[in-house]
Amino acid sequence: MPMKKVMKGNEAAAWAAKLAKPKVIAAFPITPSTLVPEKISEFVANGELDAEFIKVESEHSAISACVGASAAGVRTFTATASQGLALMHEILFIAAGMRLPIVMAIGNRALSAPINIWNDWQDTISERDTGWIQFYAENNQEALDLILIAFKVAEDERVLLPAMTGFDAFILTHTVEPVEIPDQELVDEFLGEYKPKHAYLDPKRPITQGTLGFPAHYMEARYKVWEAMENAREVIKEAFEEFEKKFGRKYQMVEEYKTDDAEIIMITMGSLAGTLKEFVDKKREEGVKIGAAKITVYRPFPIEEIRALAKKAKVLAILEKDVSFGSGGAVFADVARSLINEKEKPIILDFIIGLGGRDVTFEQLEEALGIAEKAIKEGVEEDVYWIGLRKEIL
Amino acid sequence: MAVRKPPITTREYWAPGHAACAGCGCAIIMRLATKAFSEAMEEKYGDPDAFAIAHATGCMEVVSAVFPYTAWKAPWIHVAFENAAAVASGVEAAWKKLGYKGKILAFGGDGGTADIGLQALSGMLERRHNVVYIMYDNEAYMNTGIQRSSSTPYGAWTTTSPPGKYSIGEDKPKKWVALIAAAHQIPYVATASIADPYDLYRKVKKAAKIDGPAFLQIHGPCVPGWRIPPEKTVEVAKLAIETGVWPLFEIENGDIRNIKFQRFPKDGKFKKPIEEYLKLQGRFKHLLKNPEAIQELKEQIKEMWRVLGKEVELP
Ligand SMILES: Cc1ncc(C[n+]2csc(CCOP(=O)(O)OP(=O)(O)O)c2C)c(N)n1
Ligand code: SF4
Repeated sequence: MPMKKVMKGNEAAAWAAKLAKPKVIAAFPITPSTLVPEKISEFVANGELDAEFIKVESEHSAISACVGASAAGVRTFTATASQGLALMHEILFIAAGMRLPIVMAIGNRALSAPINIWNDWQDTISERDTGWIQFYAENNQEALDLILIAFKVAEDERVLLPAMTGFDAFILTHTVEPVEIPDQELVDEFLGEYKPKHAYLDPKRPITQGTLGFPAHYMEARYKVWEAMENAREVIKEAFEEFEKKFGRKYQMVEEYKTDDAEIIMITMGSLAGTLKEFVDKKREEGVKIGAAKITVYRPFPIEEIRALAKKAKVLAILEKDVSFGSGGAVFADVARSLINEKEKPIILDFIIGLGGRDVTFEQLEEALGIAEKAIKEGVEEDVYWIGLRKEIL
Repeated sequence: MAVRKPPITTREYWAPGHAACAGCGCAIIMRLATKAFSEAMEEKYGDPDAFAIAHATGCMEVVSAVFPYTAWKAPWIHVAFENAAAVASGVEAAWKKLGYKGKILAFGGDGGTADIGLQALSGMLERRHNVVYIMYDNEAYMNTGIQRSSSTPYGAWTTTSPPGKYSIGEDKPKKWVALIAAAHQIPYVATASIADPYDLYRKVKKAAKIDGPAFLQIHGPCVPGWRIPPEKTVEVAKLAIETGVWPLFEIENGDIRNIKFQRFPKDGKFKKPIEEYLKLQGRFKHLLKNPEAIQELKEQIKEMWRVLGKEVELP
């Protein structure tokens, strides 16, 4: 029988790791994810998880050790956030290029400067081009489930890419919620044992990994990463279905909420989706035709799902906690890219919101909605807005 | 008549066909070290193949693993420039869980070890991973075209320490990573040189048979980097030992009061002058015209020996 426990998002991530039974974990503490390696240390210390836990001296070494372990052929896990993830940046590309299905939990946190430990998505968004699959969790249950699903997808032979699951700093990492812990046997069935055919360091079968690729081969190797990421779309959907059958919880690339007759659909990710759904409920009561959509899988980007969404609405309004300076939000760019060659497309607006842990309030969402409504009537003036700025201190 | 086992195994893990320059000193390190490792594995685990190699970015990696070829007959992995020690940590941890009996060998150049990879090395040593880390010391970043590292000797020319009107070339004393490694109080630290292959072989074997981490700093001249003719590699390396420039020693458990020296003159007097070592190499050409700089180099070498606990005389 599955158990229910009240726990923080970080504990949910640690539980997911315990259930997945990785053989090697290497991690370094950083707020807000510190509890993940702490909790895993406890599991290992109590004999509840039979793994080597390498207490590395930095995140760069954490991910490097994971690459070594994964290349040697074992299931591998790590956790970090923000500056820690940024310090791993170089090796993230390598993990993907070497096709190592490492899974990483991220407590999504802002990047310096100024130093800020609170939530936004700049850390994982900045790693979107490394070749890692990316999931974003709305609550602690999703954090646990999406880490299990990350292992399933990453290790699939059609994919073989590393995967990260993000869950918002403090809003999830440090907030307790009831979380259902799946049965170990069912998880074992779901994930199976990891037995790689492509990555091992076995003296009886010596292979060379991490070679130099000349121009004659580099592009093809990179194309294979592209292809694997494309394959991941189907594999993720299959994994979601199997997960639902086994554990009863449904996941979708993009989860829609009251979108069917919506004129304006607000799109977001992570825990903000919870706030947004409540806002939609309130506005629906007031008779406003608004819906919400939550992107659960950001890489591979759900292009088809966004196209389907675009057919329904006059405005797609993106609420995102990240920015690509000199352009706009990252999700905005991806949504726009999905629709660029569609014959008919809605207005696409971008709202940069809630950076560095600033609360996203209904007033702010109201402001975004007002801009979207005005755009329907009067056309688009601007397409990127910063919402909730304290103008008095600018 | 009893057949004598050759002193160095005939097994090869570094295959011919790698792309190192003719006369590359570090290629000799690759070959000898893997041979010694294999013999140690045979003696310790009954399986000469019971090891895997983690390599840092650098000359020896680039010349040995150009897709779709490989010079390696052992399981081998390269990840990045600064993380061979961390990667080796991960491989070792995985092997533990897989139940493999054997040991991990990590290779890094002086740049990948003394500079950018020092932190990862320290972490790996401190955590006591069962890894032998070999720093092949060609005294500069050769892969990127001869830039100085913190292991470049005083006075040497490199492209980033060029001698000029206001410069004598490299202006800092050499960093001895072996001593930094010893400060971790790990079971075994040693220096070696390609000019004494038997000593090198013995030390790698010894390191490989120990349970826990070991570190070796091995001198390997670089033909274009030192501006020497290919056939002079071993001669130059030998002169480094004979003039006192390259010390050969072993430190066990970080006990620096009990350093064991090899090929150290009994009376502490080196017979050959440093100039003999310098004059064979283009990288010191400018120094020969600068007696003050040579004097400074001699003082630094004496100081290095003093740190090792020896008073020496240099002619
Ligand atoms: C993070 C990073 N910085 C710089 C480089 C470029 N780089 C590759 S190898 C190398 C020098 C290697 O020098 P060393 O470790 O002494 O080995 P050698 O080439 O002499 O064998 C440099 C600077 C890199 N690959 N990665
Ligand atoms: S450049 Fe130097 S270290 Fe590199 S292969 Fe040539 S001789 Fe060896």
